[in-house]
Amino acid sequence: MDCPRRANDNVFFAGTHTVMTEKTVLNATHRAAGARMVDFGGWDMPINYGSQIEEHHAVRSDAGMFDVSHMTVVDLHGPRTRDFLRHLLANSIDKLKVTGKALYSCMLDEQGGVIDDLIVYYFDEGHYRLVVNAATRAKDLAWIARQAEPYGVEVKERPDFAMVAVQGPNARAKVLDLLHEADRERIARLGRFAAAAAQGPHGIPLFVARTGYTGEDGFEILVPEPHAVALWNALAAAGVRPCGLGARDTLRLEAGMNLYGQDMDESVSPWEAGLAWTVALDAGRDFIGRDALERQQAAGVPRAMVGLVMEEKGVLRHGQKVLTDNGEGEILSGTFSPTLGKAIAFARIPAGEPGAVRVDIRGREVPVRVVKYPFVRDGKACEGV
Amino acid sequence: MSEIPGDLKFLKSHEWARVEDDGLVRVGISDHAQSQLGDLVYVELPEVGASVKAGSGVAVVESVKAASDIYSPVSGEVVEVNELLGDKPETINEDAFGEGWIFAVRASNREELNELLDADAYAELVENEEH
Repeated sequence: MDCPRRANDNVFFAGTHTVMTEKTVLNATHRAAGARMVDFGGWDMPINYGSQIEEHHAVRSDAGMFDVSHMTVVDLHGPRTRDFLRHLLANSIDKLKVTGKALYSCMLDEQGGVIDDLIVYYFDEGHYRLVVNAATRAKDLAWIARQAEPYGVEVKERPDFAMVAVQGPNARAKVLDLLHEADRERIARLGRFAAAAAQGPHGIPLFVARTGYTGEDGFEILVPEPHAVALWNALAAAGVRPCGLGARDTLRLEAGMNLYGQDMDESVSPWEAGLAWTVALDAGRDFIGRDALERQQAAGVPRAMVGLVMEEKGVLRHGQKVLTDNGEGEILSGTFSPTLGKAIAFARIPAGEPGAVRVDIRGREVPVRVVKYPFVRDGKACEGV
Repeated sequence: MSEIPGDLKFLKSHEWARVEDDGLVRVGISDHAQSQLGDLVYVELPEVGASVKAGSGVAVVESVKAASDIYSPVSGEVVEVNELLGDKPETINEDAFGEGWIFAVRASNREELNELLDADAYAELVENEEH
């Protein structure tokens, strides 16, 4: 057995080399629970605790939790922070008017390429918080610091936080049960893409955000590192199933959410990555990359990101060639969808009516359907999928 | 990790071979291999009647995350394939050394079996891989 065609990430068979990897504060807890650990962007992370597919179904039907402490939390301080974010982000920070509200955005370079995608939280005019990807940490911090300088904004990484995502139809109820009584009602009323501070079990100070990366309702919780294991254990005792990054990947792809590095990077614009909805061309706002985006829009965007579904048996995977009437494209994220029981993918293909689309799988042209994504919502197939 | 049955021979690439009473060589992947791959979702089986060479790719197993070639431990003709895997590829996860067999070969050169690892040598290989 050999793995010449496995996905671009080395999530399997990664145990044979000895590169120094970083560990989250929950590392020993994962290992004690029998997790299969892999190197993920320089971090030693759980890929699953047994069956990735069962973990996937647990999140779709009940509640699961993910250690996402590898993600990078950055606090921004200073009176001109909003001005700075107007310049840094392709989405408009002016959509955030209420304390605790969050916004998803791309951070672009001058050519309109995507440096990273992130979530920004608004606390007050002098304090915002970014959560950026782990694999892009150094690059992001350097870029943000450089851009922040003229605005006098202080850029402060917060490695003192661990982060646990609790996701699924029963996730919120299970988290609420663990909160201090005085906080429950307030956190229960928290709207989507909003966050607030709350007290967890044993008085643990938490930052609870109603966000996620699975397409299910739930919370992403920032917790000071010394309390992360206690929080994790309390959630497990409440019946929240530990889930690995494998399930996180199939859940987010079913939910139609991009993965940085696989679905977009500096070589593509948000127009070509299905992220036009995150770009705000509001009048008079000079954000980095705007000129390039407007030029590309005027000239015609050459490629489009589409969803694919394959009815035949097999699995769509990153890097497979996609054949269309307008030329070749390629699979970006591809997987077997546990909810649908068939393969789904994002692909970037030449713009225009693609005709009958096929994917080259080991030299065989397999027909696929182009569909609107998300593929799955509320635990069920979306219309047309 | 289940015990490695002592009657099996192995390729370094984690396929097992079992010589049966009628001389057929039944082939699958080890329990270690299935646990490395994770949940299997698809198995591409060879055609019955296909002739295969030792060490050549004969089948493909796909888990959620990875596709892997399955090499034949011996040369010969494929005489049986495990049709059950078409609907239930997870059988390999559940019983890699038994019900999860993949194909059976009528060996043309039994000498090739001597090239394979015995169960102890394979166990040692897995041990070294894990540390």
